Amino acid sequence: MREIAASVISDHVAEMCQDANIYLGEDVFDALKKSLETEESPTGKEVLKQLIENVEIAKNEQIPICQDTGFAVFFVEWGQEVHLTGGSLEEAIHEGVRRGYTEGYLRKSIVDDPLYKRKNTGDNTPAVIYTELVPGDKVKIAFAPKGGGSENMSSVKMLKPSDGEAGVIDFVVNHVKAAGPNPCPPIVVGVGIGGTFDKVAVLAKKALFRKVGSKNPDEAFAVLEQKILDKINDLGVGPQGFGGRTFALAVHIETFPSHIASMAASVNINCHACRHLEREL
Amino acid sequence: MEPKRISAPLTDEVVLELKAGDNVLISGVIYTARDAAHKKLVELMDQGEPLPIDLTGQFIYYVGPTPAKPGQAIGSAGPTTSGRMDAYTPQMFEKGMKACIGKGLRSQAVKDALQKHKGLYLAAVGGAGALLSKRIKKCDVVAYPELGAEAIHRLEVEDFPATVINDAYGNDLYAEGAKQYAR
Repeated sequence: MREIAASVISDHVAEMCQDANIYLGEDVFDALKKSLETEESPTGKEVLKQLIENVEIAKNEQIPICQDTGFAVFFVEWGQEVHLTGGSLEEAIHEGVRRGYTEGYLRKSIVDDPLYKRKNTGDNTPAVIYTELVPGDKVKIAFAPKGGGSENMSSVKMLKPSDGEAGVIDFVVNHVKAAGPNPCPPIVVGVGIGGTFDKVAVLAKKALFRKVGSKNPDEAFAVLEQKILDKINDLGVGPQGFGGRTFALAVHIETFPSHIASMAASVNINCHACRHLEREL
Repeated sequence: MEPKRISAPLTDEVVLELKAGDNVLISGVIYTARDAAHKKLVELMDQGEPLPIDLTGQFIYYVGPTPAKPGQAIGSAGPTTSGRMDAYTPQMFEKGMKACIGKGLRSQAVKDALQKHKGLYLAAVGGAGALLSKRIKKCDVVAYPELGAEAIHRLEVEDFPATVINDAYGNDLYAEGAKQYAR
């Protein structure tokens, strides 16, 4: 049986925390540059230029792209033929986050008691971790530092099956319209459809981990992604909400089978700094 | 349109010259405050206690920067969502604040306060924290150090870019801009 030491997991996680916050992925950077060609508003173009310059400054001078270096969110696919030695997976990830955020001069944005004391934990732990056991002897760690401003603009709605495609479109477009400039457009829109109340929220989060601009493998949902994207951009909200044609860079839909009585739907928004990294060990 | 250069702190004359949609470059001294600092300031106001900073004419920037590395004035320093400060903002204007910088929608009460007190609401580009940090030349904590990133900082800025969203005349760039490009 393949063995991986907990310390190896921590080392990878610490690096990933720093890299994701400083180097914007090529997928998002390309989408930003492409939107500069299609944006019609002069103010919108100006914003996009600033965002592109910001990405370059971050990379060249090792400054976090955004001061909100996020809640650390992980999706781990753990091959069931791999044995973890020398500690628990959760603690290994937390140790990585602790080191990554401290050594990388990243902002610690997590408070312990969410309602009363709201005292900063001081090291950006705990992380939010979803673990899936999969066949094989590989481990895949996907990480995204999720900003609070865009996370606040998220929603779950238990639609009726009779609401159909129009119901999903209305829910997503109206939700994004209400969010307006708050989640730092141009945004990436994660949409979940199906499953239970809790499952559908995770689907939308998972959608934000996809490469920006990638399509849902199911043709019908790929078409729906484009349809919703066009409607969102037709709102005219534009970069930063100053008016323009680039409100969203992409819409990603993830689905799950549904109960006969339900059609759960969710929206999870990411700002233009759609930071995500993946490593396979 | 060329950005207008303005200095901080602000005067009523400059406030009244600026309109929603104007791009500005701010130079001078501005202060930071976000959720926790606002709560403390407004508590002091409610108790009739003196404030740790004089708000007269000042810009307040809603930001919680990343820690500065050795040799840097400040870490990444983009704006946070302004709406969370809505509950406190009218009182801040009553105490002399002239402008606030953040990103995102404001309440009607804030927009009314801008007209009543001759104030401005501006947005800096959200998520451009690395770029904006280069326009901040000096950063010192002046109150509530225990709040860490949320402490009140005094910033010396040079050509700090921002866009007027809500002016003292009731104009709103978020509403007008979207109308122009909607289809």
